[in-house]
Amino acid sequence: MHYSIFSLARAALGGHRAWTPAWRDAQPKPEYDVVIVGGGGHGLASAYYLAKEHGLANVAVLEKSWIGSGNVGRNTTIIRSNYLLPGNIAFYERSMRLWEKLERDLNYNAMVSQRGVLNLYHSDAQRDAYARRGNAMRLCGVDAELLDARQIRKMLPFLNFDNARFPIQGGLLQRRGGTVRHDAVAWGYARGASDRGVDIVQNCEVLGFAFEKGRVAGVETTRGPIRAKKIGLAVAGNTSRLAALAGLRLPIESHVLQAFVSEALKPLIPNVVTFGAGHFYVSQSDKGGLVFGGDLDGYRSYAQRGNLPAVKDVCEGGMALMPMLGRVRLLRSWGGIMDMSMDGSPIIDTMNIPGLYLNAGWCYGGFKATPASGWCFAHLIARDEPHPAAASFRLDRFARGAILDEKGQGAQPNLH
Amino acid sequence: MRIPCPYCGLRDLSEFLSLGESPGARPDPAAADAARRFFDYVYLRDNPAGRSEEYWYHASGCRSWLKLVRDSRTHAIESAVLARAAR
Repeated sequence: MHYSIFSLARAALGGHRAWTPAWRDAQPKPEYDVVIVGGGGHGLASAYYLAKEHGLANVAVLEKSWIGSGNVGRNTTIIRSNYLLPGNIAFYERSMRLWEKLERDLNYNAMVSQRGVLNLYHSDAQRDAYARRGNAMRLCGVDAELLDARQIRKMLPFLNFDNARFPIQGGLLQRRGGTVRHDAVAWGYARGASDRGVDIVQNCEVLGFAFEKGRVAGVETTRGPIRAKKIGLAVAGNTSRLAALAGLRLPIESHVLQAFVSEALKPLIPNVVTFGAGHFYVSQSDKGGLVFGGDLDGYRSYAQRGNLPAVKDVCEGGMALMPMLGRVRLLRSWGGIMDMSMDGSPIIDTMNIPGLYLNAGWCYGGFKATPASGWCFAHLIARDEPHPAAASFRLDRFARGAILDEKGQGAQPNLH
Repeated sequence: MRIPCPYCGLRDLSEFLSLGESPGARPDPAAADAARRFFDYVYLRDNPAGRSEEYWYHASGCRSWLKLVRDSRTHAIESAVLARAAR
């Protein structure tokens, strides 16, 4: 069903009984051309672009739970392309351009809201670093504005400008950044893929791989064996576990990242704001809740829940930035499992087993990358060559010494 | 999460830093395949889900390195001994 003002009016006149499910909950077939493991944002986007851009429709997405139950529904919904390194900027800007036309492309309301992402700076050195980042962005055709404290006071008068230790001196603003309703991204891609013939198979956990003549030939699942010519892994958080089933070790650790939402408030925070002196970022959802987060807990975890020290650290950052937060009640907090790679950058590449493809290592920046990740992964799977925009995300970059370390932390994944 | 430091007793997580799983012994830089061994040592991880052996540092306490046996699915700690004693 095509969604439009007319379909809405027709359905309304019929008492809204005419709506059909947005996508098919498919039964697994015995064989596919391509199987994507992982029904999150990246997996569903990959399947969508495989069908739409490469004409491959005999595709299945296997999800161990329900689609969108993992990190695509656990992030803080921020989109931006304010990167510094050449290998990253082009990729994330491609993602931003795909976000900008996503809803028309999918015929689905993902509530893309380009409300601006503002990174605050609190020292001369940090201003210089942000000026450099902004210049790098502008050289690559990405929008960036360096604001001083006076301009920010006009936008966000409630911030703690005159903090004795971390006064706000200004910020780097990307106006095209913003937020997107993350569940709708999963559902929209699922609908688009399903309409083009992709099977979305839920409650289907992959338990192992089948190999024939040195090639991957299929997967063993909780719903039986499924043969496939090509298999793409898009299971960030659990990539190491799945790779281990194929006998591979990866430059990835799984870490827990917590996020928080407050009770609903009247419109208060107009854009996405990040604190430059600690790690804290906040935006306001359309339901009114303040959505915020900060650092990783700092230890390996598959538990999807965190501990109190990280909660305290995030709340202290929030209080330092906007003391009014102290009067807001926290509604919920949750954890997601991040694929922390050894240089803080993702991996979109073939693996050393023919037919097996890897999309992993998104650290805690995977959501904003969803469209470009799906775009580039579909290109890789369909054509067996990396997409130029993801050319820096090769798996062998660690062995070659060509790491893409945006933060400059080295091989210490809990610090990226 | 609280960690039973063998020296300080049961202490809060906020006092500790996690190094993660042990990468094993540092390779010999003079070995013929040193580049491959260092790649393995620096970058590759088992990253197991479940029972794991990890190194932790009691930074805001006795400043000892500890070897923990911990479940990465539940955060339950099976044992914590001084890393020096575990060697």
